[in-house]
Amino acid sequence: MNAPTYNFAYLDEQTKRMIRRAILKAIAIPGYQVPFASREMPMPYGWGTGGVQVTAAILGPTDVLKVIDQGSDDTTNAISIRKFFAKTAGVTTTTSTEVATVIQTRHRIPEASLRAGQVLVYQVPIPEPLRYLEPRETETRRMHALAEYGLMHVKLYEDIARFGHIATAYAYPVKVNARYVMDPSPTPKFDNPKMDNCPALQLFGAGREKRIYAIPPYTSVVSLDFEDHPFTRYKFDAPCALCGAADSYLDEIVTDDKGSRMFVCSDTDYCEGRQAAGHRGSQAAAPHKEAAHD
Amino acid sequence: MEAMISDLLAGFPDAVLSAQSTFRAVMEAMARPGTIQRVAATVGVPSGLTRAAAALALTLFDHDTPVWLDPALATGPDVATWLKFHTGAPVVAETVRASFALIRDGGLLPDLESFALGSGEYPDRSTTLILQVASLGEGRAYELRGPGIDGAATLCTAIAPDDLFDRLAINEELFPRGIDVVLVHDDSMVAIPRTTRLVVAGG
Amino acid sequence: MYVAVKGGERAIENAHRLLAHERRGDRDVPEISLAQVAEQLGLAVDRVMGEGSLYDRELAALAIKQARGDLIEAIFLVRAFRATLPRFGVTEPVDTGQMRVQRRVSSTFKDIPGGQVLGPTFDYTHRLLDPQLVHGIEPAPPAVGEASDASTPRVTDILGRDGLIEPSPQAQADADVGDLTREPLGFPAERDLRLQNLARGDEGFLLALGYSTQRGYGRNHPFAGEIRFGEVEVEFMAEEVGFAVPLGSIELTECQMVNQFKGSATEAPCFTRGYGLAFGQSERKTMSMALVDRALRARELGEDVLAPAQDEEFVMSHSDNVQATGFVEHLKLPHYVDFQSELGLLRKLRKEFEEANAAPSLQEAAE
Repeated sequence: MNAPTYNFAYLDEQTKRMIRRAILKAIAIPGYQVPFASREMPMPYGWGTGGVQVTAAILGPTDVLKVIDQGSDDTTNAISIRKFFAKTAGVTTTTSTEVATVIQTRHRIPEASLRAGQVLVYQVPIPEPLRYLEPRETETRRMHALAEYGLMHVKLYEDIARFGHIATAYAYPVKVNARYVMDPSPTPKFDNPKMDNCPALQLFGAGREKRIYAIPPYTSVVSLDFEDHPFTRYKFDAPCALCGAADSYLDEIVTDDKGSRMFVCSDTDYCEGRQAAGHRGSQAAAPHKEAAHD
Repeated sequence: MEAMISDLLAGFPDAVLSAQSTFRAVMEAMARPGTIQRVAATVGVPSGLTRAAAALALTLFDHDTPVWLDPALATGPDVATWLKFHTGAPVVAETVRASFALIRDGGLLPDLESFALGSGEYPDRSTTLILQVASLGEGRAYELRGPGIDGAATLCTAIAPDDLFDRLAINEELFPRGIDVVLVHDDSMVAIPRTTRLVVAGG
Repeated sequence: MYVAVKGGERAIENAHRLLAHERRGDRDVPEISLAQVAEQLGLAVDRVMGEGSLYDRELAALAIKQARGDLIEAIFLVRAFRATLPRFGVTEPVDTGQMRVQRRVSSTFKDIPGGQVLGPTFDYTHRLLDPQLVHGIEPAPPAVGEASDASTPRVTDILGRDGLIEPSPQAQADADVGDLTREPLGFPAERDLRLQNLARGDEGFLLALGYSTQRGYGRNHPFAGEIRFGEVEVEFMAEEVGFAVPLGSIELTECQMVNQFKGSATEAPCFTRGYGLAFGQSERKTMSMALVDRALRARELGEDVLAPAQDEEFVMSHSDNVQATGFVEHLKLPHYVDFQSELGLLRKLRKEFEEANAAPSLQEAAE
């Protein structure tokens, strides 16, 4: 039994070509889900196999890669994916949003503005925004073809009738380039405005569902809403307890068994950068770094 | 004779990294219509093709991508032989079956609607035209608008057919069906995806 | 004082070390060898090869050992390895009519040419735990008879001669056989892709769906026309030499179900077919597969699609246990960002609800 050897960035060249062709069509048709022959990856479906395949297809030796999960570079799956590419592609990795050329993400868009030349790769579980309303692919594909999105508006309107609000807090549907309704992946709706007219290229990979889609830079991305019920971004009551940021998405941390809570930035790079620049919140502490070990 | 054979057989010196850098150039071109991207990799070029066209072929073509060659490329044996050797891509006679079309003489460009334009359900199943042009960065100025462009961009090019951009207006009617074009000259490329709207600058 | 969670990298490494330790178990117990897995847990190896879609007993045994006996995890290991293998081409179709059968039974005829061959089967064992196996026994050698050179034609071919069963659809020689591991799947899917999906599909899922057709959810009146298990030759057409080169032999189980069909104004009534094929000895899998294959032919045969087993999008989208386990199990990954979003919305809705319900009573009190 010979030990298997793997190509640069793991995927074989034929697979990369297939994914690259899908990426080009995805960019040419913003928000449209391009089917692709997703491969079985050495991590489970649901762990980001779509994002990993997109990243593997675009990554080169001069790229600097950042991987986040829930906004953090230090969650276990972010570490695991970062190590995978450090090992298979030998690329430089970073936790800095500023320095990164390729950022793979699950569930968040970084707080710092992205710039032209960067690529944001989203891991997507269910790419079809209409799937929970209509389980059949043959039907949802037809609806997209005809831009027949009434079903989605009915659903959102039912929310308003029942709750007084659109009761979707994450994976909030958007319309891309005034044509395709698109699932932004399960990012909180707080992040939706960052997708609009973004200077960076945004690529979306869904491995299990075998779809790739894209938002080119400087493309209109509008969160679905109604004139009398406009889209609103979720606002937190207090700033980050560590860095004092009032404009970031916060994680709620339960600090004891008496129900005490504190709120801190979900984007750890943003939070640490602000603390390093001297910003302090109500409970600031020097961030603890993992001790080096062999 | 030996020199000719080695010319024919040349492709990318490093298939993996050259394809990666060329892909990033064309991805960037597609994401930012009107910007000029360059092929950094060295590449063997069969007679009739430009460097950028050859690099794109090596990067994107394989057994799964039928390729249509325009009459200027199809008449000589070089390009077809080179493509078959390096990519395995089947060369097809019907434009409508082609995933890619390589065009050397834009003056003989067939009716755009004869290429695959995709379907409403699968608009991605369309031909990508790779069109060799006389210049990129010089020539008549066009104003471009659409996704990937911050406001408006200007592209200067000398291009045949000179009504190409008028003919590409079908993309507006057909969307999301349509045709995507990569203009190539020497080692440069500019992409015009189906979402880009073009007018003669100042006109 | 709150300190942001760090240390994931070391946690991962330690988890892997602990996993390796647990996999080994008590070190006073001898370590299991791949040969032991391959020889003595052969049906587990068969299942992993089948659903992993890679015929390699040693790799399947390694995967089972590495996965601590979790067969879906083992299937996943084999699939991930398979995805990295270069593809040289496609073999000639195997001829199961030429199978060297070890087992072959038909429920539709008392006797058949070539005979009923019981072979190695649990079918008539009494399911009593065997105390002899606790410490291991040397079983008696198998009974040996005269090798028969009688041919064993497929039962469906016998029925086919009289036109009592629909002809087996012949592949178009120039048409490529689909491969859902290389091409994205679209719907409706043709039978080649459906059969490939079922062959890779989870045995438990297919068993439950096949069972559901028997209980009336898409009933198709099946008879087990034939189940055969044995070795077949695999050949590869080598373009350079111009003839098919033998690559070796593999073990297969094939099940052909014979199903009722009423016929129509234009077609004489005849039996229809459901087909199952799997690597190794996998009778439960192939019988379930054949039931579901027949159910999925509803569209083609003009039957109403009413039951889950007849619904190809439903069946094909959910049959793959590597996909299914990934998506179910990914719920254990952190989702706290989404949850925070939901939490914020829920608090807001509850606050509004309380205010709305409090308001009228205040008003009443004021009046």
